[in-house]
Amino acid sequence: MIDYLALAPEIVIAATAVVVLLADMWIVRKYWTAIIAVVGTTAAAIPLVVLAVSPVGERSLFEGSYVVDPFALVMKGVFLMAAYVVLLMSFSYVESDRYYQGEYYFLLLLSILGSLVLASARDLIGLFIGIELVATPMYVLAGFRKGDLKSNEAALKYYLLGVLASAMLLYGSSFVFGLTGELTFAGIASHAGGLVHEPAFIMAVLFIIAGVGFKVSAVPFHFWAPDTYEGAPTPITAYLSVSSKAAGFVALIAVTYRAFGPASAAWAPVVWVMAALSMTIANLTALKQDNIVRMLAYSSISHAGFMLVPFVVAPYVDAAGINGAVSATITYLVIYAFLNLGAFALVIAGSRKAGSGTVQGWAGMATYAPGLAFLGMLFFFGLAGIPPLAGWFAKFVMFRVVLTAGSGWAVGLAVIAAVNSVIALYYYARVIKSMWMDPVSVTVPDSEVRDAAVPMTLTLALGITAVAVVVLGVFPGIVTSFTF
Amino acid sequence: MLDNGWGLSLIVFLPLVGALIILLTPKKNLAAIKAFGLTFTALPLIIAVFLIARFDYGAGSAFQFGTDLSWITSINARYHIGVDGISFPMLILSTILTLLALIYSFNHWPEPYNPKAFSALILVLGTAMNGTFVALDLVLFFVFFELVLLPMYFMIGIWGDKTMMKVPGFRIEAETRLYAAIKFFVFTLFGSAFMLLGFLALYYRSGDVAPFVRTFDIPTLISMGSAGAFTGTFAFLVFGALFLGFAVKVPMWPLHTWLPDAHTAAPTVGSVLLAGILLKLGSYGFIRISLPILPQEAQRWAPAIAILAVIGIIYGALACLAQSDMKRLIAFSSVGHMGFVMLGISTLTVVGINAAVIGMVAHGLITGLLFFVAGSMSHRYHTREMVRLGGNQKLMPKMGAILGFTAIASLGLPGLAGFWGEFMSLVGSYNPLAGLDLGVFRTAMVFGAIGTVLTAGYMLWMLQRVNLGEPSAEWGGHALVDADSYELAAWVPLMVLIVAVGVFPKLVFGATNSAVVSLVTKAFGG
Repeated sequence: MIDYLALAPEIVIAATAVVVLLADMWIVRKYWTAIIAVVGTTAAAIPLVVLAVSPVGERSLFEGSYVVDPFALVMKGVFLMAAYVVLLMSFSYVESDRYYQGEYYFLLLLSILGSLVLASARDLIGLFIGIELVATPMYVLAGFRKGDLKSNEAALKYYLLGVLASAMLLYGSSFVFGLTGELTFAGIASHAGGLVHEPAFIMAVLFIIAGVGFKVSAVPFHFWAPDTYEGAPTPITAYLSVSSKAAGFVALIAVTYRAFGPASAAWAPVVWVMAALSMTIANLTALKQDNIVRMLAYSSISHAGFMLVPFVVAPYVDAAGINGAVSATITYLVIYAFLNLGAFALVIAGSRKAGSGTVQGWAGMATYAPGLAFLGMLFFFGLAGIPPLAGWFAKFVMFRVVLTAGSGWAVGLAVIAAVNSVIALYYYARVIKSMWMDPVSVTVPDSEVRDAAVPMTLTLALGITAVAVVVLGVFPGIVTSFTF
Repeated sequence: MLDNGWGLSLIVFLPLVGALIILLTPKKNLAAIKAFGLTFTALPLIIAVFLIARFDYGAGSAFQFGTDLSWITSINARYHIGVDGISFPMLILSTILTLLALIYSFNHWPEPYNPKAFSALILVLGTAMNGTFVALDLVLFFVFFELVLLPMYFMIGIWGDKTMMKVPGFRIEAETRLYAAIKFFVFTLFGSAFMLLGFLALYYRSGDVAPFVRTFDIPTLISMGSAGAFTGTFAFLVFGALFLGFAVKVPMWPLHTWLPDAHTAAPTVGSVLLAGILLKLGSYGFIRISLPILPQEAQRWAPAIAILAVIGIIYGALACLAQSDMKRLIAFSSVGHMGFVMLGISTLTVVGINAAVIGMVAHGLITGLLFFVAGSMSHRYHTREMVRLGGNQKLMPKMGAILGFTAIASLGLPGLAGFWGEFMSLVGSYNPLAGLDLGVFRTAMVFGAIGTVLTAGYMLWMLQRVNLGEPSAEWGGHALVDADSYELAAWVPLMVLIVAVGVFPKLVFGATNSAVVSLVTKAFGG
């Protein structure tokens, strides 16, 4: 007997995807596909809420390989929220450029379905299916602006490196299965403690972490990110930088803590190096970026580094400490999701008004679009972690966890993170400076374009994220009530 | 009703409410913007004055008018506020200066003209400053401490000095305001990132002592600290982390380099609030957090702080003597004056810490006023270069007189507010806390005393170049507008307070003394 309620969000999204694809064949006004997608995403949230309030605690399906627990519910909530905002951002973007709307929303919904599956997957097969289902539609969507060479490049790079990552993930998984005879994370964990000194096992762990490292775009597996982010349609970039990255972190949490938890001494140093490099290299590179999307790409790599920081305490803490570390990463993800979605929605709105997506092109935006400039202040200073905007709390919980370990290595990483949060401020402040303090750029189009209203759906996306950034900054307890 | 936490909360958040209302007011409705701004900066002051009457001066060491509400339960951070004898004078100073800064702005909207945004920023700054002084929870303190950065960054960056300057270390030129704004932001953020690490370390260690609950609560941490809970290398590093955060803000030599740039580039009101209140957030942090929570470490670090403070005093004075720009001179004088404040703190005695608090109040009043006057003068003369000024006393008698009065107050003339801080911190360093190296502190005292002479030197030199003599040929025949009513409305209250605190220092000591005595007794055993 299958617990269909536990699968209801996935079923609703899958059904919506099918309906979108079918409807696209018959209806003439293609924007209806978008409306169906939005309605479906909203409808999927209903069973999620039912599951969250239901007295039945953890629901386990398919012999423990598919689990709906609080962690899965929170992550599904994040994925649906992000999906909703991305859909709002897509609406005017896709419509104005005459894309294949039905296909666009169909593929996006499939990727969303993948992220929901991933949140519940508790074995290597489910994990792989989830990751692939998130990524494969994105290979297509990244190249959706067919006439633009940059978009082609984006798709190709993302595809080649993504497939490589998947291959590494699978290769590592096969070793793990061979050594342990298990596919479920719990089963692997029961053997992992005894295999810490087995070179083949260490290699398998490293392969899997490298494979997932591509998905979270951590250094040194980040090379695809800036080019893909720049070339892909901006709503897809937003999705890649938030949902796809969050999916990567869900996978990373699953394999590191759940499957290889007892072997944390083997992988924690690797994650330490990845975190330190991601923060530092991405931040230093971001200082030099003039294209705002590229800057945000490097910023999202450095945020991945910040999110990796809590992982390094694993060898030093007990089970409660591990829970704290997981909660810190998820809290960071939730807050980062709102900030980054807002920032990309702003990029869409701002680039349209300024006729450019560069820092210099946005100069003086405060004079002709004060509202957008104000939102820019919220999102960019929020990403920099300046209180009372939400980003500060994300950094705060991250620092809080890393200091629990009481180990010199962890404190060292905290210091690196602290220095990096100052470097990051500089490039975020550069955009703010340009918008507020520089004279109006000469490249700004005439008033007809400049003063055109921001589309309603985009305004809604900006509004949701802006309100979240301020409210969560002042009352971060709202997030932690779910994540802790 | 106002003394159960509502009063302080209103003082903190009314300006923020005002800022939001102003943001919703149409840009063209200048009268409404002014009215809202005035209302929402005057109300906190009125409440503060009301609280002055209700304050229990006998129990100045206790936190009063406070409240303690749950805020972020998962990390046990609470909305815990309250004032004691040390923070209360600072809070009042902050409400006064915010109001006066706004009144002054009514007649001096800096370029580019945008009263709406400018008033809103002053109000947000008011909330951040007031909040820092009443916060009794490390997380709350951190949030307000950082919130100060945003409005000040925009104030300097948008309304600041537009002359070009060469960016040190690079072969490029940039507008002074842009360079100064980001420098201010990056320096302070660098310090506060480490301060946050220090706060978190304290939070963790607080879970190891009774009652074994991790807490950010400042009074709880203080009682743990005075019971000797935080010691060893751990505490040494934590004090170092907090030191970075606070010392950048004070600023102490050699972390001061953002200050002259920021002060010089900021619009007049920005400089006033920066010098008047923002610098005090750092020294206040030392008195509120570092000293009582980490008393053993305070004793280990005290000689180093004293030496850095004295270097700041001498360095600030020498730098002043080398300035040609009037505003920059006043900015460097802040380095020296805050050096005296830090010297007082480093003695860890009742006299020294009292000196620090009154020094902070006096510096807020005096240097605030100096920046007001300097701003108004550069408004008239369109230059701050002292070689082009001169004979100001003849051209603008009222403004000249006020400048003379303030400069004299700044050099520490007895009978005016500036005297007590300098004098008592020198007295304190003659006789520091038992166990501290007498040689270091007495040498510090000697150099500090030399510093007071140098202070008198550069202040009088400035007066001589700006105020005295005949007007230069450039300005001779011109009829310059003397101090107008808005300016006088902003300045006269400050002058009255400077005299009042100078003649009757008990205005401040009455509140601070019992709090300082209790701090020193609990932390250092007398």
